[in-house]
Amino acid sequence: MSEFLRSYLTVAIFGATGCLLVGAFVGLSALVRPTRPQAQKYLTYESGVDPVGTGWSQSNIRYYVFALLFVMFDVEAVFIFPWATRLEAYGYFGLVEMAIFIFILALGLFYAWRKGVLRWV
Amino acid sequence: MEAIVFFVSAAIILAGGLGVIVLRNPVHAALSLVATLFGVAVLFIDMEAYFLAAVQVIVYAGAIVVLFLFVIMLVGVDKAEDIYAEPIIKQRQFAALAAAGMLILVALVGVAFAGDVTGQPSNEDMTISRAIENPDGTTTPAETSNINQLAEALFTDYVFAFEITALLLTIAVVGAVVLARRPKGDLQPLPDVEPSWALRKPRAVTPTEATDPSAGDDADQDPDETTVDQAATDGAETDEAKA
Repeated sequence: MSEFLRSYLTVAIFGATGCLLVGAFVGLSALVRPTRPQAQKYLTYESGVDPVGTGWSQSNIRYYVFALLFVMFDVEAVFIFPWATRLEAYGYFGLVEMAIFIFILALGLFYAWRKGVLRWV
Repeated sequence: MEAIVFFVSAAIILAGGLGVIVLRNPVHAALSLVATLFGVAVLFIDMEAYFLAAVQVIVYAGAIVVLFLFVIMLVGVDKAEDIYAEPIIKQRQFAALAAAGMLILVALVGVAFAGDVTGQPSNEDMTISRAIENPDGTTTPAETSNINQLAEALFTDYVFAFEITALLLTIAVVGAVVLARRPKGDLQPLPDVEPSWALRKPRAVTPTEATDPSAGDDADQDPDETTVDQAATDGAETDEAKA
């Protein structure tokens, strides 16, 4: 095993332990608990207002704009990480390049803001 | 050890890919896509490309699948297309034929190049991490050079492509805003057109119906749909009034 992969062994152990714990507790409680099925127990909110319709309902398109804006700035962050590691090597050139990059992306956000899609009424 | 990680993640990738095709519920298919993309991230770590693995999880398994899920929920899972309807006659048979042909082609290429299918032989020098020399004479060790090399490529050879990426993302946002924004003036009921996959002849929409706001009250429309359209319009109008 290489040194690099060994450092990720912790991650693997952590993930495996998490799955094991959840599986153990859910499995154990399934073994121990009594099962008396009632229709009321399968409601989403057992002691609340009865839900209407299914959970698979159609969602509003305005959520999509927020999701896309999230993706946009997600990708921006991905580009900023390597830039930050080499910022010293590139000096002002790198700074200006990133400023242009962020400016163009901010234009999109500005457009969305001016068009009023960010307002949630 | 690398081989074990490879086979485990390959199994995850294949299981996820199979799930995307086989599962009936589109949301479940999208979730198994997450498993596939996560497996690819593990493969990246196996190849010591840790930054790429992080990007894979952040952008693909996170953001892109969120977009997929939003589009699925936008259409409405309960109104999903009937997967047994065949828009093209005998498309399943054609798909099976094409898949078999592709498999034979891949096998032929594999036989023809006999082991050199993946190009370069893998050895220590070919891994993505290797020590690089900084402009000031110092050397960055291999563990940290992965992300640096990406930055070097990004801000030297591909700096124009990098800036174009920003433009591309902005265009995507503008497109989404244009699609989702509320038009000026009163909302009009949607024209009553059957979806293309319904395999029925679409009802012709007269120009007056499409432009006249009072068209929703026309007697020839389906009474149920008219009420739904009107309710949506009324709700939107009160929203506008509040704003």
